[in-house]
Amino acid sequence: MDVFDKLRILTDAAKYDVSCTSSGVNRRAQAGGIGSSAACGICHSFSADGRCISLLKILMTNVCVYDCKYCVNRRSNDVPRTSFTPCELADLTMNFYRRNYIEGLFLSSGVIRNPDYTCELMIRVLEILRNDYKFFGYIHVKAIPGADSRLVHQLGILGDRMSVNIELPSQKSLKLLAPDKSKHSILTPMGYIRDCIRQNSKDTVRYRHASGFAPAGQSTQMIIGATPDTDFHILNLAEGLYRKYKLKRVFFSAYIPVSENSLLPKVNTRPPLLREHRLYQADWLLRHYGFKAGEILDERHQSFDPYIDPKCNWALNHREYFPVEINRAPYEKLLRVPGIGVKSAKRIVAARKDFLLSFESLKKLGVVLKRAQYFILCSGKIMDGLTVEKDSVIRALMSKNSLNRYYKDFTSGVKYEQLSFL
Amino acid sequence: MIEKSSLIYEYDGSFEGIMCCVFESYYKREIPMDIISSDRFQTTFFPVKEIETDLKKSTRVIKSIPEKIGSSALELLKYAFLTCMPHKELNMLMFLRKGFHYGPPIMYMFKDEHVDKMLKAVRHLKNESHLLKGFIRFSILGGILVSQIGPKNYVLPLIAGHFCRRYAGEHFLIHDKTHNMALVYRPRQYAVVPMCNFKMAEPDSREKHFRKLWELFYTTVEIKDRRNFKYRRSNMPKHYWKYMTEFQKGSYFKDNE
Repeated sequence: MDVFDKLRILTDAAKYDVSCTSSGVNRRAQAGGIGSSAACGICHSFSADGRCISLLKILMTNVCVYDCKYCVNRRSNDVPRTSFTPCELADLTMNFYRRNYIEGLFLSSGVIRNPDYTCELMIRVLEILRNDYKFFGYIHVKAIPGADSRLVHQLGILGDRMSVNIELPSQKSLKLLAPDKSKHSILTPMGYIRDCIRQNSKDTVRYRHASGFAPAGQSTQMIIGATPDTDFHILNLAEGLYRKYKLKRVFFSAYIPVSENSLLPKVNTRPPLLREHRLYQADWLLRHYGFKAGEILDERHQSFDPYIDPKCNWALNHREYFPVEINRAPYEKLLRVPGIGVKSAKRIVAARKDFLLSFESLKKLGVVLKRAQYFILCSGKIMDGLTVEKDSVIRALMSKNSLNRYYKDFTSGVKYEQLSFL
Repeated sequence: MIEKSSLIYEYDGSFEGIMCCVFESYYKREIPMDIISSDRFQTTFFPVKEIETDLKKSTRVIKSIPEKIGSSALELLKYAFLTCMPHKELNMLMFLRKGFHYGPPIMYMFKDEHVDKMLKAVRHLKNESHLLKGFIRFSILGGILVSQIGPKNYVLPLIAGHFCRRYAGEHFLIHDKTHNMALVYRPRQYAVVPMCNFKMAEPDSREKHFRKLWELFYTTVEIKDRRNFKYRRSNMPKHYWKYMTEFQKGSYFKDNE
């Protein structure tokens, strides 16, 4: 099998991994080395599905001893199997990197023979890159659950970011679809990596030459829509992971049916992309906007609204919080206004030191007035000519796509839960 | 405020040249209708005044900016000079006139037409240079990394540091087709030089081999059930594709040897 076949098979098998970020660490090469990392992350291309391509996302091998029902690489699936040798993979990475095709390597793997053996192969690739080629670019490496902690530690020293996939949002789903994995086997390495990172941050203070352990932190991902877990449950899980395991990111992946199984959605079911989108919106609210999971969804509202994004939805249900006075409200309060993001909130705070802001200058400053107008005051006044009518508010708070969907569903008689403010 | 005259200033195309136009504008108490670089100059019906670049005058203006408005204003002007904003020179002049009048708060006067245009143009410049850090594609020809780009803004000074650090041990060249300039680097030394008539050499079989591999990776990594061309276009506007390996025609990859 030549390198083209290997690349095709092992890319095809790796593409369902979501994370392709190259962010979180700033570094330049030492003398004689090649490569650097930028903390903001750099996208090198975008594939036809619109997802960013930043890293060479690839598997070491698609041979796997496990039989997880949602996975293309499961043992019982009849697909061609192959492996890269560590040398081949390192060489490919370097040649792509020199041509500026990629920002680095994202190495994952099926479990060949046993977790330890797989880990050792991956360590070998990273060692060739870091030591032989003196590669200082970005490396994201998957920790293989069940591998010896000494090996996981070695991976962390060589890589920039580590991740352990949580795979499915609950222990019950995991038992059903991934009989070889358990919550315990996944959370153990995650906790171990967290402890190593914490220890390392102390060491780097104490010793100047302490080598970094996963300096770009750790992330995880889970599959959405393969199991009946609710949005509320998933969001709470994500929040818990951020808090307990200090993760940098939690990724969600809309389930794309890859096999016919009575436990899973039928093949040809459309992936739940809207739901994934809403989860990411809520995830942003958790990480950058100071929201708590319990504020976005609760026991009585376990799913996201299909038409209105979580932030607008929250605002509509908490009208006692508004209107917010732009020229005086603290930063945290500005952030909660629909149509004001992190950047525009910061600009507002900086700009209002010098003079009072008007609606016109808010627009120039990047605030989406279409949504924000219903929730703000400038120097005690609402916007000129603003009328709060049911129809116009709906139209303003929905995205164009949502609005089209809303009218289509409305005329075709599909019944969704009534929007709370109608 | 002083009324606009029907004069047109002509300057030599340098940053110092614009600063001398600012000096002239204050000295003569007049605001030109436009300021045009001499290399892009076309005959007009309006009277033209040639502004000579005098480093003494420009230094006086440049020195006063951090004192009267703030160092961030000078930085903004330096960036604005690299942008493709229409009438950038006149905008810079108007920005400075207002800056000297209002002082530091000018940086936050988003409502003002000239301030708004300046900030947007600089954002466009920075955004484009960030994108190009990823979208640039090198070909390895005779051991040298060679690349061509067609950016809207003059981004070479902004991306130079990034590539010099990343490929510190390599020799490389990035040609900017729009501005006919090139960034040339050899270990620990770089220069931005004028360069017209640049043509990429024919790739050897090794180069073609990796181009093909990259195209294969690009097409394979897509998830067909999630295809979304519009999303891709908004992330990566089509005018960049012309210079990117993965979007070239078949002959670009064919290995004839």
